[in-house]
Amino acid sequence: MLAFILKRLGLAALVALTVSAISFSLLYIAGDPASAIAGESATDADIEAIREYYGFDRPLIVQYLEWLTNALQGNFGESYYFELPVSQLIADRLSITMMLGVCGISFALLFAVPLGVVAALRPNSFIDRFSLFLSVMGQAMPSFWFGLILIVIFSINLGWLPASGASSWRHFILPTIVLGYYAMPAIMRLTRTGMLEVLSADYVRTARAKGLSQRKILFKHALRNAIIPVVSLAAVQMGFMLGGSIVVESIFALHGAGYLAWESISRNDLPTIQALILIFSMFYIVFTLLADIVNAWLDPRMRVH
Amino acid sequence: MSVQIIKRGAVQAALLSSLSMMSFSAPALAGKSDDTLRVAFTKEVENVDSYFNSAREGVILQRTVWDGLVYRDPATNEYVGNLATEWKWVDDVTLEFKLREGVKFHNGEEFDADDVVYTVNFVADKDNGVKTQRNVNWMKSAEKLDKYTVQIHLKEPFPAAIEFLAGPVSMYPNEYYAEVGPAGMGLKPVGTGPYKVTSVEPGTHYQLEKYDGYHDSPKGQPKIGKLDIRTIPDVNTQIAELFNGELDFIWQVPADQAGKLAGMDKLTVANESTMRIGYLSLDAAGRTGADNPFTKLKVRQAVAHAIDRKTIVQALLRGKSKVVNTACFPSQFGCEQEVTSYEYDPEKAKALLAEAGYPDGFTTDFYAYRNRDYAEALANFLNEVGIKTNFHMLKYSALRELRMSSGTPITFQTWGSYSINDTSAITSQFFKHGSLDDARDDEVRDWLEVADTSTDPEERKAYYSKALQKIADEAYWTPLFSYNTNYVFSKDVEFQPTPDEIVRFATMSWN
Repeated sequence: MLAFILKRLGLAALVALTVSAISFSLLYIAGDPASAIAGESATDADIEAIREYYGFDRPLIVQYLEWLTNALQGNFGESYYFELPVSQLIADRLSITMMLGVCGISFALLFAVPLGVVAALRPNSFIDRFSLFLSVMGQAMPSFWFGLILIVIFSINLGWLPASGASSWRHFILPTIVLGYYAMPAIMRLTRTGMLEVLSADYVRTARAKGLSQRKILFKHALRNAIIPVVSLAAVQMGFMLGGSIVVESIFALHGAGYLAWESISRNDLPTIQALILIFSMFYIVFTLLADIVNAWLDPRMRVH
Repeated sequence: MSVQIIKRGAVQAALLSSLSMMSFSAPALAGKSDDTLRVAFTKEVENVDSYFNSAREGVILQRTVWDGLVYRDPATNEYVGNLATEWKWVDDVTLEFKLREGVKFHNGEEFDADDVVYTVNFVADKDNGVKTQRNVNWMKSAEKLDKYTVQIHLKEPFPAAIEFLAGPVSMYPNEYYAEVGPAGMGLKPVGTGPYKVTSVEPGTHYQLEKYDGYHDSPKGQPKIGKLDIRTIPDVNTQIAELFNGELDFIWQVPADQAGKLAGMDKLTVANESTMRIGYLSLDAAGRTGADNPFTKLKVRQAVAHAIDRKTIVQALLRGKSKVVNTACFPSQFGCEQEVTSYEYDPEKAKALLAEAGYPDGFTTDFYAYRNRDYAEALANFLNEVGIKTNFHMLKYSALRELRMSSGTPITFQTWGSYSINDTSAITSQFFKHGSLDDARDDEVRDWLEVADTSTDPEERKAYYSKALQKIADEAYWTPLFSYNTNYVFSKDVEFQPTPDEIVRFATMSWN
């Protein structure tokens, strides 16, 4: 198992580097970085000065190799925009995004899995229809709209929760709901389908015939198998939340890594974008790996592969 | 685009619903009770060190924390002494300043000639990488004559020098800056300005406090005790925070939202024009091909006649925006207003196109980088007279690169002149054969050269006038309109906006 994990980790690092190499060149041709850094009202002289100062006049491959050498030593350089070490900048912001991502996925799992199970147990019942309604709503409602509605209700009218900022746990409640609700429908429907399938499987019928209690059948036999695809999905959703919580971070002024990535792209802040792409892709890979391990634990047959 | 429209619609609905609910839930908190003005910035400022940022928010912090040698009264546009009490031109390239005595920086360091010499020599050195080179690259060096007398040497005659010394060139404490550099200054800024910075969370949160030792400055003595500035990127969240009393002051609020907020009892909406103007740049020089239609004068004139600028201003920009006829902002020194102007006349536009050899019009690429709604309106007006447009919305850096390398036939552009109240900050930027000059007119370039370097104000005016008249006659640009900004703040706050779009906290007070 350990060899399997190490091999996967090594592969993960290679994938992350490939991703960064491709994105490095893509970002570079998307627009002149000197001009983007200088801003909208810059003159030719400003742009020329910046081009020389940051060494953009050198060949792309030289710039990339220099970045790579430093990155392997843990040095991501200085942000062009903030003129602060990228590692420090990202450490500050990543903690907020991580917090938001973990809260979001926990919220989604906490509500989606039980709802999915109950819906599968009573197909076409009120609770099934209700969970279907919830999932349609969750998928149809844009995050910025839902976020604003929550702000209007809970911040402006009721005055219970802060609308923006990240200085206390209360600041995370509304963003967690918005982010978690977005991830809920897929998890819920996958749980429901998986449960329906498993509940009609032969081994469940056998278990029932043997006279096992409903609880035992449900949690020990059915859910354990039905949850396998959900784990993989949740891992991907978690990766998505880290990189994709841009809208939520922007509405609630959370200044996390997602928003930083988005802003850095518009500013062509190459060192920051590079580091973030590398970190985000590593997260994706690690989460997928973790999901594989959990699945292997849930279903011993998977360990063979 | 569709996302933008949906978002705008959704926001309107959210706002409307909250407005209706506001009737029974009044905002409770306000900054007046603890003497703290709570402000939102939309953009993350890169570095508080004013020489290392280029954002509007950075300019506002700069005027709050630091002072220049001179100050321009935003109401009268007159220059008065700030850190200097007197100044004179020794010759075309030398300015001499008598400094104010008894001024202290926020850290207790005394302000004198050494600070001016250090600051100027540091920022003028290209290797130190000041972000906006234009602000400083006209200076060569500074020299101390005695403790309170200093000379600034220019590279070449530059009549707008005083305007820059009254604006972006602020004075830094030499000992402190030598020790901490731009990175340290960005985290713990020290100036002589009306407010001192007490805490900085880079890009996200700034806290400032009234500087009790502030000198007798024309900026006025600060009245509000503390400023708490947070970055909130989403305008709707800013508005929500304004409703629930967590913010007292926001600005750059879109016209439609400002219109709704104006009806609220507890809020004031103030509108003021800015120095930013919008214009169409036409490829008269034939950079995109010698056969391109915009090389023909009649086609350019047709474009100018095709656009109903008044309607765009009334329907989209609103506020104090005005139609602009000259290639500069009207208040700028030398911005001649008596030039050929082109009324909205689509029939005349069609006739001019026919005369130019395009009776059925033609198709062209049309580029824009901001204000998609304005750009689309412009494209529609062009389409109506037969100029069919392939609409391209690009990121600014990509568009700029395209314009610099191969040119673009017709582009919707804007320029804010860095809030510099001098025609050289706009017209000379674009008509002196630089990479963004689509006209390449030698005569215009030569006239601007004289106007930019002469130290005789009358001569400057005369030459700017000649250049601007020719630009209008030749319809190189289609000047469109000036932008405006909506400021929305609590009724507890007293504030008067100015056209340079600089929020001066020192002039604000509680009602």
